[in-house]
Amino acid sequence: MTRLITKPNIAAPDDFYADLLAVHEGLAKAESDALNARLILILANHIGDRETLAEALDAAKPKK
Amino acid sequence: MNQTVETTGKKIFETPLYPYRRSADQEPGARAHHPVVVAGAGPIGLAAAIDLAQMDVPVVVLDDNDKVSWGSRAICFAKRPLEILDRLGCGDPMVDKGVVWNIGKVFFDDRQVYQFDLLPEKGHKRPAFINLQQYYFEQYLVERVRELQAEGKPIELRGGNKVVSVTPKDKGVALSVDTPDGPYTMDSDWLIACDGAGSPIRAMMGLDFVGRVFEDNFLIADVVMDADFPTERWFWFDPPFNRGQSALLHKQPDNVWRIDLQLGWNIDKDEEKKPENVIPRLKAMLGDDVKFELEWVSIYTFQCRRMEKFRHGHVIFAGDAAHQVSPFGARGANSGLQDTDNLCWKLKLVMDGLAPESLLESYDVERIHGADENILNSSRSTDFITPKSDVSRAFRDAALDLSERFEFARPLVNSGRLSVPCVYDGSPLNGPDALEGGPARTRPGATCPDARLGTDFLLDRLGGEFQLLAIDAEVPDSVEDGGIAANAIRVSAADDPSGDLAARYLGDARSAVYLIRPDQHVAARWPSFDEAAVKAAIRQATGRA
Repeated sequence: MTRLITKPNIAAPDDFYADLLAVHEGLAKAESDALNARLILILANHIGDRETLAEALDAAKPKK
Repeated sequence: MNQTVETTGKKIFETPLYPYRRSADQEPGARAHHPVVVAGAGPIGLAAAIDLAQMDVPVVVLDDNDKVSWGSRAICFAKRPLEILDRLGCGDPMVDKGVVWNIGKVFFDDRQVYQFDLLPEKGHKRPAFINLQQYYFEQYLVERVRELQAEGKPIELRGGNKVVSVTPKDKGVALSVDTPDGPYTMDSDWLIACDGAGSPIRAMMGLDFVGRVFEDNFLIADVVMDADFPTERWFWFDPPFNRGQSALLHKQPDNVWRIDLQLGWNIDKDEEKKPENVIPRLKAMLGDDVKFELEWVSIYTFQCRRMEKFRHGHVIFAGDAAHQVSPFGARGANSGLQDTDNLCWKLKLVMDGLAPESLLESYDVERIHGADENILNSSRSTDFITPKSDVSRAFRDAALDLSERFEFARPLVNSGRLSVPCVYDGSPLNGPDALEGGPARTRPGATCPDARLGTDFLLDRLGGEFQLLAIDAEVPDSVEDGGIAANAIRVSAADDPSGDLAARYLGDARSAVYLIRPDQHVAARWPSFDEAAVKAAIRQATGRA
C-alpha cells in the first residue's frame, strides 16, 4: 500500500457513519444495493487514480 | 395498417451475381494448378482476391453460393476499412451509398439518459462510420472484381463451387470442389480460407476454435419504413417495450432500419422468428401508427473466440473463419478487412521470392493481437449489456442512472466500443522509432492517419507498396533493398495549413522521414534520411532482418 490512505482520514467519523446509515434509511434491500453501487462509482471517479483504486479493490477483498 | 412481410420487387440478394459456369478445370483429365485460391466470396474473401489481383497475383475465388449475402447482416463500416477499400478501388460507391452518422443516444428504462457525438476529427477523407447493408457491400466488391476482369487482371469468381475436401501438401494444398456438374479437383500453392464463422475448411482440417459462449439470443430485424427517426444510433437498456433486455435502432440506406432486440436465453427460436410474434414486438418499440415492412429477420447467439493460429502451412484463415466476436462494436467485417490488408502484400513478397515464408508468421502475430483486442472489447460490451450476476446488474444500472446527471459516468456505459484499428506494438516487423517528439499515434506499428494536402488527401497517395514519406526532409526518389523498393512521397507541413499533418506526423519534431508499409502501417521513422537505416528497416519489415 503506497497510495491508498489507510490511516484515519475522516474528521468526525461518528457523524460520517451516521450520515452513511441515514442515507439508507427506509430503503428496501435492492434500493440500498443500488445506492451503494452508485456511491462506489461516484467515489471511484473522485479518486480517479488507477493505482489507488487497485489498492482499494485489493484492500476490500475478503480476508483469506 | 400494413402487416405485409413480403417486400415487393426483387432484392439484390435474390439475384445470382456470379452464377455457376463450367470452367476448363472441370474438363476430363484436367488437373488445374493455381497460385492462390480464396474460399468464400463474402466481404473478406472478395477483398483478399481484389487485393491480390491488383498486384497481378492470379486468384480464383470459390463459393458454394452465387449471390451476395442474404439479408443485411454486417451494417457498420468504420473509417479504416473504408480507407482499405479506397486502396482496393471501391471506397467511393460504398461511401456514396452509405449513411453517415455521428450522434448516438442512450436510453435507460423510459427515458433518454444522454447523447453523444462521435465528433469526427477533421482532415480525413473518410467519415468515422457509415452504415451500409452487407449485400450492397458485397455487390460493390463483385462489381470491382468485374472491373478488374475487364482490365485483364487475373481474377476469377466461381459460384456454385463448394470446397468439399482440403489436403495440405508440403508446398501447397489439394482441393476437391463440388459443383452442379459434379466434383473436380485442383492444386493450389496457397489457400486463403474466408469461409465464415462456421468455416467448413477449419472443420475439415480438424482445427480448434475455442472461446466463450454467451448465453443470450438476439432478434435482428431489418425493416423498411418511412419514419422520421433521425440518422442516429439509439440504444436502450431495459426499455418498457423490452423489459430487462436491450434494444438497438440504427439507420441504413433505402429507409431500411436495423432493429436488434435482446431476447434472453430460454426462448423458442423458431416461434420467436415467426412474423406474428416479431411484428407485435416491433410495434411496441416503434409505436402503433408506424408503417413498416419486414425485409429480413434472424435470431442469433454469439461467441467470442479465435483459432490458436491463423496460418497453418499454406492454408491461411482470415475474417470470421479465424476469429469471431459479438456484434457490439462493429468488429467483425471491419477486422476481417484488416486481416487481408495485412496478409496480401506479405503473401505477394513471399510468392515473388523476395521475402522468406517466415514473413507470414507476422500475419499471425499482428492479426492475433488485433483479434484479441477485439475479443476483449466485445466481451466487455457484452458483459455490460447482459449482466451475468445481480451485482454486475447493480453496477450497470448505477452507471446508467448516474449518466443522466453526471458526465463522469458516461464513459462507463458500454453499448459497444466502436472499431478502431489496432496498433501493432511489439511487432517483429517494427523498425526504430527515432523521431524525437514524434506523436504517439504515428509510432511504428500504427496505421497512418489521413491528412488534407491541398485538394488531395495523404492516404490517396500511400499504399500498395513500401513508401518513404518525407515531411520537410530530403530523400532520394527511391531506396531499394533486396529487390524491394520504397518510393519517396515528399510533402511539407506547409501543404496543410490546418496543421493536421504536422500534428499527426511531426509533433515537436521539425522534419520527419517515415517508412510506410504497403498496408499503410508505419514501419519506422526518423528525423532525417539515413540510407543504411532505411534499408535495415525495409529488411526488418519484410522478415529479412
